[in-house]
Amino acid sequence: MEVQAFQSALLSMDRIRVGNLLKESLAREGRMQAIESLVVPAMQAIGTEWEQGRLALAQVYMSGRICEQALDALILEDGPPVATGPRIGLAVFMDQHQLGKRIVASVLKASGYRVLDYGQGLDAETLARLALADRVPMLMVSVLMLHSAMHLKELRQALGTNPEAPVLVVGGAPFRLDPTLGRELGLEAVGESAADAIKFARQYLGVPCPI
Amino acid sequence: MPHMTPKERIFTALSHREADRVPFVLALTLHGAKELGLTIRQYFSSAANVVEAQIRMQQRYGHDALIGFSYAAAEYEAWGGEAIFVEDGPPNSGEPIFKNLEALDHLEVPRIEACPELQTSLEIIRQLKSRAGNGIPILGVVLSPFSLPVMQLGFDLYLDLLYGDRERFWLLMAANQVFATAWANAQLEAGATALAYYDPLASPSMIPMDLYRETGFKVACDTLKQISGPTITNLASGSTLGVIDLIAQTGTQAIGVSSLEDLVELKSRCAGRLGVVGNLNGLAMVRWTAKETEQAVREALVKGAPGGGFVLSDNHGELPWGVPDEVIGTLAETVRTWGQYPAGSDHA
Repeated sequence: MEVQAFQSALLSMDRIRVGNLLKESLAREGRMQAIESLVVPAMQAIGTEWEQGRLALAQVYMSGRICEQALDALILEDGPPVATGPRIGLAVFMDQHQLGKRIVASVLKASGYRVLDYGQGLDAETLARLALADRVPMLMVSVLMLHSAMHLKELRQALGTNPEAPVLVVGGAPFRLDPTLGRELGLEAVGESAADAIKFARQYLGVPCPI
Repeated sequence: MPHMTPKERIFTALSHREADRVPFVLALTLHGAKELGLTIRQYFSSAANVVEAQIRMQQRYGHDALIGFSYAAAEYEAWGGEAIFVEDGPPNSGEPIFKNLEALDHLEVPRIEACPELQTSLEIIRQLKSRAGNGIPILGVVLSPFSLPVMQLGFDLYLDLLYGDRERFWLLMAANQVFATAWANAQLEAGATALAYYDPLASPSMIPMDLYRETGFKVACDTLKQISGPTITNLASGSTLGVIDLIAQTGTQAIGVSSLEDLVELKSRCAGRLGVVGNLNGLAMVRWTAKETEQAVREALVKGAPGGGFVLSDNHGELPWGVPDEVIGTLAETVRTWGQYPAGSDHA
């Protein structure tokens, strides 16, 4: 019930209600549990509804932003963050359009993960070098154009296969329009929506470190 | 039924009547470079290249329109943006030209005649018209004033504008409308028969429909009124079912539809109001076998053709670079074989 109310406040962009619901939950359950029981299910439900065509991408984006901003405000009130765990690398591969990356960043941050934003327009060699140097355990990559998606094979290769290589998670329009594309390119983790970002983060990295 | 010219075929279909066969449009914007053995950058650098390749490909495949369009980022170049060329895909727009919303307070609308890339596009249309005559339609393209800001601002900042600063949003729309109208009418004057009005942001996949109704819908109604020729609204692969009723009121003649939606339902929702253009999956086409191509085309014909009002094409308005010539050839042959009425069925 509370999750539904939170989701509805996010979708109607009622920042005050979002903040209040979050504040109540934080006071009652503490940071991690509030994120676990309120933020994550609401963001996952919004992502799933977009996947099923019931919400627009703009609503997913705005929900993530509002949620992230509300959490930031409360955390600032409550003392500085104490995050020490691994970070998830984020990038737009070859393309410039950053909306997908920003949605994923907001959702991950709102769900308690730390992110390292590598920006946009990166080629395989540059992105692999950055991710390997930072030893990120997971690299989430967004693409818009088909030709960029086709070059993800090169990124996979540049990241290597040793146990320390980051798990590569990809997403974006080409994968939604052609569900077999990820398999064709030999990619292990293809996300359909922001909800899958949380799913893969949990599957491979476990629950987030304290924030 | 007597044989029709491509123009008669398309206009009959878009008048919601059955033509001598289902018309088809192959949006071979990039394949012309392969045809001439050029890089994509070299190909688009000269109108003569594009014209030669478009004519050759139309003669080979027999599709029903010539594409007088080069690449979408050319309009962005007119605004001072950068087009990034790659070896195996369409030129993409570079970084946003407006870094913050305050930049919208001092907008200057570019002049069409001052942009060499747009002048090349106009020359393409003129030469196509001169070589092909009146029997085959020439399609131009204009980006909608409502969707262009995805390039101008980046999608995220544009959403901040749409949701948070309506005053500046309308300032930007006013400037973009002046540009789009001038660009559209320049193409029509150069000889374009119709224009694809690209408006991906109008898709319910992108923004909620109440927001579209109070923004992009008004922009489309106002802009299309000022364009002196027929238009086909294309949402560039985005879903369309949820917005058909609004699009039908904008004054456009047809809509480009997504491969993710059912053609029978789309036809029924558009009946008598909008022609339906689509909806072969261009991305999947990259790996289609001959059999899969034939199956997909025949299925689209069976679902889309009855009663006219249907033009077979891809779902996006541009065939990806990786679609093999063999697939394009099979697609064209299948339409020629199975496109007569009753289209697609074994009794054709």
